[in-house]
Amino acid sequence: MSTTARHTLDGAAEPVEDLDAFRDRARAFIRGNLRPENYEDLRRDGSRPDEVELAQVQREREIQRMLFDAGLAGICFPRQYGGQGLSLAHQAVLNEELAGYEYPRLLQVPTLSPCAAVLLEFGTDAQKERHLPAILKGEELWMQFLSEPSGGSDVAGALTTAVRDGDHWVLNGSKVWTTGAWWSDWGLCLARTNWDVPKHRGLTVFMLPIHQEGVEVRRIEMLNGSREFCQEFMTDVLVPDTDRIGGVDDGWTVGTRWMVHERMLHSSP
Amino acid sequence: MLVTLTPDQELFRDTTARFLEEHVPVGEVRRLRDDPDGLDPGYWRRGAELGWTSLLVGEAHGGGSLSGAGLVDLSLVAYEFGRHAAPGPLVPVNLVAAALSEHDAHPEVRDGLIAGRATASWCGPGLAGTRPAWEPGVEIRRGAAGPALHGLAAVVEGAARAAHHLVTARDGDGVTQVLVPASAPGVAVTPLQSVDLTRRFAAVALDGVRVGTEWLVGPAGEASAAADRQARQLLALLSAESVGAMQAGFDMTVSWSFDRYSFGRPLASYQALKHRFADMLTWLEAAHAVTDAACRAVGDDTPEADELASAAKAFVGHYGGELLQDCVQLHGGMGVTFEHDLHLYLRRFTVNRMLAGTPAEHRRRVAALLDAGDTAA
Repeated sequence: MSTTARHTLDGAAEPVEDLDAFRDRARAFIRGNLRPENYEDLRRDGSRPDEVELAQVQREREIQRMLFDAGLAGICFPRQYGGQGLSLAHQAVLNEELAGYEYPRLLQVPTLSPCAAVLLEFGTDAQKERHLPAILKGEELWMQFLSEPSGGSDVAGALTTAVRDGDHWVLNGSKVWTTGAWWSDWGLCLARTNWDVPKHRGLTVFMLPIHQEGVEVRRIEMLNGSREFCQEFMTDVLVPDTDRIGGVDDGWTVGTRWMVHERMLHSSP
Repeated sequence: MLVTLTPDQELFRDTTARFLEEHVPVGEVRRLRDDPDGLDPGYWRRGAELGWTSLLVGEAHGGGSLSGAGLVDLSLVAYEFGRHAAPGPLVPVNLVAAALSEHDAHPEVRDGLIAGRATASWCGPGLAGTRPAWEPGVEIRRGAAGPALHGLAAVVEGAARAAHHLVTARDGDGVTQVLVPASAPGVAVTPLQSVDLTRRFAAVALDGVRVGTEWLVGPAGEASAAADRQARQLLALLSAESVGAMQAGFDMTVSWSFDRYSFGRPLASYQALKHRFADMLTWLEAAHAVTDAACRAVGDDTPEADELASAAKAFVGHYGGELLQDCVQLHGGMGVTFEHDLHLYLRRFTVNRMLAGTPAEHRRRVAALLDAGDTAA
């Protein structure tokens, strides 16, 4: 199968790599560089000993970097941010060729989607240039600071607050069900910036490094022994205004698209 | 339980409840998760002093019931054990103490069980095939060197720390019960992993264990009725304990539904959830009722005892799962975390559900008993 149709996000008018050529290139790289998937290990995601989990995360960062260097990372991401600017059909080919091989599965969700997708859609050029190539190189793992202990499915009822202080925002509150936050780097955080308006209109989205003073990460043990979920307590965390994503009090616009990207993972737009 | 309790029974139940709250609060239950015995021996001895181990034992042997219905009295303890997910081999110790008392056998072992100094395991028969019959997994082979036990009791509560095992064995055309010292050559106890935090189970394999004549509990070859009765007691007590676990889970969830606000309203205010709570309450009330009836009938050895014991095990096993799993769902993500207490009761229930026959096996057993009754009529 071959196609010249473009479904890329940057819309650049350049010849698209032929699907068959792409398949050959992907196959050669995968068979020459990646190990067969360890399905027994896959089954134990989240309930492995910490050192094994951390080694897996490290391996996946390496694989992501190898994919990046081979021109196989970020298939549908624009080239200017380190992606390949290719089509969904190319992504499907890569997925087919990856079957049976290791791949950076811990980096897919939520780092690439929804977090990187939200950045791509709402980030400033500076934000995208800073973070998207780093994500595609496996240097930044992202988590969603979305659910709250009091929130449940009422996401817009977020109680985490962000108060403006000059060029910064001061964040306080708690987030929960952040998968793997203990080994991740950045959080995409929904916070309340305005109490004087209906709840959906008083939210703003920020990004922040997870491992910093003021962010306490606590791991949650689940009934099956998994300890991959976390809860964070944020105390006077300073976030520069340049790390705000989208408009002030316009977090619900970002948030609804954020959740579309998340639902798309499960083919449920 | 919903039986109308006598003042003595109410005092007894309440004393046990307060003792458990004080000595095995959830923090202690969690701590015992990593204890090989899942139990502090001092706790068990003090519980025995409250009467946990003597209710099925004859008065001449230092036992006695409160109400004249020892199994009903004991079901109150079992219920509180379920409501607190409490540690301790309550059921096997009582079954064995009762059997030793009935046959006036092994008085020193019996006294140790009653006093809580030692524990025993019940290596009884299991449900086999489609017939409504209990089948021992162990047999006595009578060779030139004398009788010997061969076989496996696959899932035995408290076997690893038991000083004795009451083993039910096929013996020619009959059934024999023997009290096997844990140290007897040929007895191999292999610990199993349990989802319950404090209940310990093991497989007890008997490989040519030489039977001493003094081991007999009751006449050789004539223990079939006794083993069946013990199995019924087991079903009734497991059901009572499971109802306690259901009650604890339900109460927690009702309380949660009033405390938890979602979209600006308490969960309890949502009509769709009210319907679910109504369903759960009907299951819970019916579970209480069928278990009460089973305990009464089994204790009195009435003709319906077999059917009611299986009906209770089937009903509680099925609806307890529906109820407790729904409680988990109504809690949201917190319901599947280890730090929340709900799973302590779900675990206790889940193990009880699988012990001594699944709901499906007991439904089949009830049907077979009804069929047999029709044929006899």
